Formats: sequence, structure tokens, C-alpha cells
Amino acid sequence: MSELLIKLWESGTIQKGIWETVYMTFISAFFSYLIGLPLGILLNVTDKDGIHPMPWLYRILSIAVNIFRSIPFVILMVAMLPVAKLITGTSLGNRAMIVTLIIAAAPYVARMAESSFKEVGGGVIEAAKSMGASDMRIICRVLIPEAKPSLIVGSVISLVTILGYSAMAGTIGGGGLGMIAVSFGYQRFNDDIIWVCVLLTIVIVQIIQEVGMLIARKTDKRIR
Amino acid sequence: MIQIEDLSKTFHTAAGEFTALSDVNLTVNDGEIFGIIGLSGAGKSTLVRCINYLEVPTNGRVVIDGDELGKLSKKELLIKRRSIGMIFQGFNLLEQRTVLKNVCFPLEIAKMPKSDAVKRARELLALVGLSDKENSYPSQLSGGQKQRVAIARALAAETKYLLCDEATSALDPDTTRSILELLKKVNRELGVTIIVITHEMKVIESICDRAAVIDGGRIAELAAVSELFASPKSDIARKLILPSVNTASEIKGGRVIRITFDGENSFKPTVANLILTCQAPLNILKADTEDIGGVACGYIILGLPDDTAVADRVIRYLEDNNISYSFGESEVEKNV
Ligand SMILES: Nc1ncnc2c1ncn2[C@@H]1O[C@H](COP(=O)(O)OP(=O)(O)OP(=O)(O)O)[C@@H](O)[C@H]1O
Ligand SMILES: [Mg+2]
Repeated sequence: MSELLIKLWESGTIQKGIWETVYMTFISAFFSYLIGLPLGILLNVTDKDGIHPMPWLYRILSIAVNIFRSIPFVILMVAMLPVAKLITGTSLGNRAMIVTLIIAAAPYVARMAESSFKEVGGGVIEAAKSMGASDMRIICRVLIPEAKPSLIVGSVISLVTILGYSAMAGTIGGGGLGMIAVSFGYQRFNDDIIWVCVLLTIVIVQIIQEVGMLIARKTDKRIR
Repeated sequence: MIQIEDLSKTFHTAAGEFTALSDVNLTVNDGEIFGIIGLSGAGKSTLVRCINYLEVPTNGRVVIDGDELGKLSKKELLIKRRSIGMIFQGFNLLEQRTVLKNVCFPLEIAKMPKSDAVKRARELLALVGLSDKENSYPSQLSGGQKQRVAIARALAAETKYLLCDEATSALDPDTTRSILELLKKVNRELGVTIIVITHEMKVIESICDRAAVIDGGRIAELAAVSELFASPKSDIARKLILPSVNTASEIKGGRVIRITFDGENSFKPTVANLILTCQAPLNILKADTEDIGGVACGYIILGLPDDTAVADRVIRYLEDNNISYSFGESEVEKNV
């Protein structure tokens, strides 16, 4: 074990890295859902077989989402730094990284949510319509509750993806385990630090995955 | 009363225009059970979806209790729909809600206070015989139970009309019968007017008062069910009534006759008496009888002997004994 690794642990740098990774991931995920979930609903609702088809709006949203989704995160991250600076006043640090993470993840979340809503059968929506439910009520009382288990599964996948992004953000000024692995491990040739970061990331991902799936299973009333 | 006037529906698809319904005219009276029967693709679902304007007709009018649906505002239409319940082949229950909450759903839409809604939902669950399942989820129910929940849900909001689109097509014969009995009970006890869509003549025969036969988007025939079975006028009706007598192996030429059991004659050994009295070697081609709501319903299809004198004796016997029957042509002859 290298001295540096022990030092990093004793000074609390690694613990801080874990915390930064976790909180960057969850804060970014939260805001990504704040934007992505309504976007996903809008995509589903305005689609040609949605409850309120609006082909032109669907087309515009769909293309916008695709553009953001097709840019590799490393490139989008660098490109969005000016935007981050505009919003947070700086292009360095976790706050700036969170902004770029949100911009990258929101379109991803929108597509995940859209596909969850698609899983809700046309039949229940038709039934709700036949009872005289308004579009808004169908969204709030049918679409979202019926898609909930699938949305939770989707959010687990999104969280893991955002965690991956956050590690990349560590290379250009963000904190967290990504930063530790790169600046103390890779750049100073300490393989053990890299592996510790890898291991810690695996543990975090496992916890998110297991807890998330447990919640999804507990919520879903279809299996039992 | 539901009045459908000169209704047509044309779909615009990538492949071009497709007319699913043309010039449909029919009136469904309050309190009756009205059947709509036709083969797959005939336009039955489209027609029933036009009745609550889930599908907007291309032409024509749908008038329910004096209100022309096409003239209602969006909000008025939503309110109107609350009086028209609908059940489906696939049940379409909310999978993430309990049975009780499913039945409460239309009441939420009608903005009924929660405690009243729960009370009303419990009444309906009692009506459909599922009081003990109110806290179950749909995935824990059998198909028949799911359809009962769907019926309770469709009726919860003071429903006046119930549209049933192939409501029994996914169920086995026993369950089908119990659901049909339930529909009959709903009609009798709550006075709900029911429109039943099906491709099975048996369903029409067991519960409907009148029925329309629909073929290629047009109404081929509309009559009281007894009349429809006794003397079907259109080819399509005859085909639906004599469903399985169209393979060469079953009959070789000759005439086919269909005896309908209307609940009167079913307790007597009709066929045995017929054969004994007429001394006729009758061939039973197909028989299907069922007990619907305590009344035996069904039919027997007989191949008449080639000897016309004997065949006439059979006909005379049926006439004398007031047994309703109809002639079916052998499809074999027609196809040759
Ligand atoms: N939204 C639509 N767009 C285009 N064509 C449609 C649409 N809905 C129905 N059709 C066509 O209209 C015709 C009638 O369909 P409909 O669903 O009413 O038939 P059906 O009598 O209910 O048949 P089934 O017994 O199979 O349910 C079919 O040929 C179908 O392909
Ligand atoms: Mg259909």
C-alpha cells in the first residue's frame, strides 16, 4: 500500500470523495428528473398514439433530446462549461459540474421516462377516457401511478449513469472519487489508489442498484 | 335513448383511406340489451367507440338522451361520458390500485367526496359478488373476477348505459355464462341499457333483446333476436347462426335446419320426439345449449333427410309444436 493512499485516508480525502460522488450524483439526478420527467410526459402525451397527439411539438422535443443524447459526455461537459459559469459564476468545482451533469442527464431521463410511460397499456388509458377523465387527470392518476415501478427502475439506471458521468467530471475540475483516481492515482502512478476508487464506486453502484430494485419491487402491485 | 344517424367513419392511414363504417343508422331504446355482432374487422369496436365519441365519426350524428355528442363542448362531453360505462375484452383495470380503488376511480373523476365514493364502490362490489376482494390487486384475480371489477367500475358513476366490447371473449364458457348472467341482472335490477359487442352468436342469443348484424362497416340486418334466429335474412347472419356447417366433411348436400331453444321447449326431449314421431333419420350436426339465468338457451343443427316427403314431415312437426327453427343452406352447395 502506498503512503499516499494512507495519507489520503487519514486526512479524510477519500471519505470526502465518496461523499462528493454520492451527493453530486443525487443532486444532479434530482434536477435531471425535475426537467426530464415533465419532458418525458410531454414526449409520451404528444406522440402520435399519445393521449393528446401534437406531432409538431413531439418532433421538436424529440430532435432536441436526440441532439443532446448523441453528444458524448466528455465533449458535452467541456462545451457546457460556459453555461455552467453563467449559472454558477464559476467553471470549476462541484457546483459547475452539477450543472453540466444535469444538462447531460435530463434528456437521458426524458427518454427513460418516456419509455416507462409507453409501458402503460393503451387499454387503461382508453378506460379512463371512457369514464370522462380529462387529459390532466389521466396523466396524474393513470399514467404516473401505473408507470411508477418502471420509473423507479429507470431512475436506478439513470443514477448509475449519472454516477459514471460524475467520475468523468472529476477530470476537469469536479471532485469526488473520479478526481481522486485521476489526480492522485493515474497522474502519480499509484495503482492502488485507482483500485480503491474502482472498488468504492462498485460498492456505491451495488447499493444504489439493490436498494432501488427493492423499492421498485415493493411498489409494484402486479407481481405478488 | 341512443340514436345513431347516418354515421360513417373513415380512417386516414399511410396506406390510404379506409372506410370502417358507412351509413349506420340505429336506435337503442332505454332498458334493452342491444347486440352488435359481426366478424373480425367488421367495424364493431369502431362503432361502439363512436357511441361515446372516443372515436369521432367522419359523418353523421350520435344523439344520447337528446344531446348530440358532436355539438357538446369538450367539458360537456367528458361529463356526458360519465353516464356511459364501458368494459373491454382486456378488462383494463388499473394494475397499481386495489379493487376498491379501481371502482372508486370514476367517482374521483366525478369529484364525489371520498367517503361517499368508498360507500358507493362497496355497494357495487357487493352487486358483482366481490365484497371479499376489495383489498386485492387486479393481478391477484382471475379473468372473470377482473371483468366483474370492470363492470362494477363502469357502473359506479350512476351509469345509464353500458358498452361491452367483446367483454367475454377472453373468458372460458363457464365464466362467460356467469358474466352474461351478471349483465342481465344489471340490466334488470338497475335498469342499465346495455350494448353488447361480440362475434359469438351465443352471447347475442343468451342475453340480447335486439341485435344488429354488421358486415364490412354496414348494418346488414337489424331485428329482434328471436326473429333473427328464426329467419335470418342476410347471408352474413345465416353464416353467423350456422357457424360450423360449412365443411364438406360434415354434410354432403342436403338441407340444414336450425332449431332454437328459447327456454320453453328445452325441457322436453324435443329431438327424440321429433325423430320418433316423424320416423326420420335425422343427423345432428351440431348442438350447443346452455343454462343462462335459469333458462335453457341454445340450438341444434340438424341435417334433413334427402327424402323430401320425410323432410316435410319434420317441418310440419316443428310448426305444429311451435318450435322455432330456421333453414340454413349447406355452404357446400353454395361454394361449388
Ligand atoms: N385507428 C385506426 N386506423 C386505421 N384503421 C382502423 C383504425 N381502427 C380500426 N381500423 C380498421 O377498421 C376496421 C374495423 O375495425 P374494428 O376494430 O372496428 O373491427 P371489429 O369489428 O371490432 O373487429 P374485432 O372483432 O377483430 O375486434 C378494421 O379493418 C381496422 O383495421
Ligand atoms: Mg373489436
